[in-house]
Amino acid sequence: MTQKPYTGSNSLLESLEYEGVEVIFGVPGGAILPAYDPLLDSRIRHVLARHEQGAGHMAEGYAMATGKVGVAMTTSGPGATNLITPLQNAMMDSTPLVAITGQVATSAIGSDAFQEAYTTGLAMHCTKHAYLVTTADDLPSIIHEAFHLASTGRPGPVLIDIPKSVLNQGTTWKEPSLTGLPGYKPTTTGHPVQIAAAIDMIEGAERPVLYVGGGVIKANASEELLAFAEAVNAPVVTTLMARGAFPDDHPLALGMPGMHGTYPATTAIQHSDVLVSLAARFDDRVTGDVDSFAPHARVIHVDVDPAEIGKVRQPEIPIVGDARSVLTDLIARLQAKRGDQPAPSRDEWFTQLKTWRAEKPLSYEQDPNGPIKVQYFIERLHSITGGEAIVAAGVGQHQMWASQFWKFSRPRSWINSGGLGTMGFAIPAAIGAKTARPDELVIALDGDGCFQMTMQELITASVEGIPVKVAVFNNGGYGMVKQWQNLFYGGRLSSVDLTHHTPDYPKLAEAMGCVGLRAEHPSEVDVVIDKALSIDDRPVVIEVVVDPDEMCFPMVPAGGSNDNIVMGPEDL
Amino acid sequence: MQHTLAVIVENKPGVLARVSAMFSNRGFNIHSLAVGPTHVAGRSRITLVVDAPELEQLKKQLHKLINVIKVHELDPNQVLEREVMLVRVSCDVAARGELRDTASLFDAKVIDLADNSLTFELTGAPAHLSSFLDQVRRYGIVDLVKSGRIAMKKTSDLSQPAKTSVGS
Repeated sequence: MTQKPYTGSNSLLESLEYEGVEVIFGVPGGAILPAYDPLLDSRIRHVLARHEQGAGHMAEGYAMATGKVGVAMTTSGPGATNLITPLQNAMMDSTPLVAITGQVATSAIGSDAFQEAYTTGLAMHCTKHAYLVTTADDLPSIIHEAFHLASTGRPGPVLIDIPKSVLNQGTTWKEPSLTGLPGYKPTTTGHPVQIAAAIDMIEGAERPVLYVGGGVIKANASEELLAFAEAVNAPVVTTLMARGAFPDDHPLALGMPGMHGTYPATTAIQHSDVLVSLAARFDDRVTGDVDSFAPHARVIHVDVDPAEIGKVRQPEIPIVGDARSVLTDLIARLQAKRGDQPAPSRDEWFTQLKTWRAEKPLSYEQDPNGPIKVQYFIERLHSITGGEAIVAAGVGQHQMWASQFWKFSRPRSWINSGGLGTMGFAIPAAIGAKTARPDELVIALDGDGCFQMTMQELITASVEGIPVKVAVFNNGGYGMVKQWQNLFYGGRLSSVDLTHHTPDYPKLAEAMGCVGLRAEHPSEVDVVIDKALSIDDRPVVIEVVVDPDEMCFPMVPAGGSNDNIVMGPEDL
Repeated sequence: MQHTLAVIVENKPGVLARVSAMFSNRGFNIHSLAVGPTHVAGRSRITLVVDAPELEQLKKQLHKLINVIKVHELDPNQVLEREVMLVRVSCDVAARGELRDTASLFDAKVIDLADNSLTFELTGAPAHLSSFLDQVRRYGIVDLVKSGRIAMKKTSDLSQPAKTSVGS
């Protein structure tokens, strides 16, 4: 038997190994076929997803749990178009991702060939960059560039579209270098003049707030954040993407700000005189009405992406740089300036915060005989696990309750879809996280609406031996949409009813190779949690039948001012 | 307000699509666009004229495109700008002389003629081209094509904005 020639496919796999890839989440198909042959001989694990969207979200979950670049691989046409949602999701949440898509042969491009789509064009708006590989010799350098782009500066998704003819083309592998990116030079270190000015402004503040975004987690800057917050003695709010960046049990922690944020977090920003945005982007879910957002605050905005600075709110002190580097420099500057002097005590400010915390806490009522509240289940789960878990969420009420009621203690333990709000994210993302961190307990908190969008990936989890736990909060509908219809459409419920009874979730779980459990009464909550935690050889799905009428509060209605926080239905 | 941008890009497939798509993505209208290679191998220069209240965010978004190397906003007081125009003006044989007189004042060249029209080629600053059009409009413009604007920063006061219109 003659030796097989070395082709683009071999070069692709060798390049991925060179980049340190451990696992690819993917689905094969016609155009990507050549790459799946050398994959058999590669040390890289392939997790076969049941849908390309699932593969993409798995790669995101993997990346969010580790900080490493997640890799998804699919075929051309529908394989590529099914990846668009994860790409945009990763774009919005700055998740490092490399997507590899097959493409029809170069000779067929533009001919409307079978399973042809203009993938690089489609990906243009939902990736940091997209490549079409035209010759196999370019593969090592393009793949090296793609990993560099995905993981540096503001991280994000990069797509590499590879025609089948390129995968089959003879080539040799050459060690790549980064010579091909003359226009890409992210600024990572903050300007010393701005750093010094920022410290002066923060030190002089009476009511400072550190407004922490997801970039602090991307930059692995949690330790520096903790040191900085304590050194300047300022309260910390963590956005939806930053949950876990700062420990919730810390005395300076105020929780999440914004539309469904805590009263003290949202209100502290409104009353702040100096607002220090650390790798956050003034998202509309945080700011509400921009004109009335933090009206008294002078703003310091730290971001690695210069385009975020001034996009929504003009800062007085802009600092372009990586959150970790900037925080390190801020701490050093503070020490140089202040030496061993203690931080300003800001007694008045902290007394005020304490009052808000005491007067307007997060709350819900669990009737011991009534339907289960999602909040109660989450609190019990946190208590029983000691919070030692990675938690993934879908999108909607359950996501907000998870963010509110799970008390986070470390970064990369919260995996959710923030910017894009992609329903169905939880299950595949949890699978990706569990693949990356097999020793961790990984729990997907999901809604029944979300579950029905991506549940087939539980087959992936059971077949591949990735034992995630999934809690499906079954309120028989699209709870958040229903909440808005109740609040803003006079209770006219339109297309939000999914029924409590169909499908039968435990049976469905069993059919997909998982263990299926159900809790319908508050007294069953601890029992099913204990049972679920005792199983580690298969995925477990717990159907939690919950109150269909519970609404998520606090709430600032969309576009409203953060001064008007609705604490419950009685405030409306 | 109109702004002129000079964008130096890598000459790679899709780069023009990315640049123009970014503008439509962010809701801005491109007034004029010209692209061509530079004296440096592998580099092209895109000259864009855009209508936008302010450019800071657009410039930052352009910089985010991986193939974009440099972005300059050209100061309207320190710029050399040129457009090329071909314009066919309705004109019977009797009126030819008069129209050619006007054209010569603008250095417009006749490049085609017919019994009922004259076609001119004209190069100059945008205002020069507009002035010419103002002069010939009454004859009737049959067809008109303009290139995208190209622009370069002025190096000194010596480089007069040549042919900046007659009588305006």
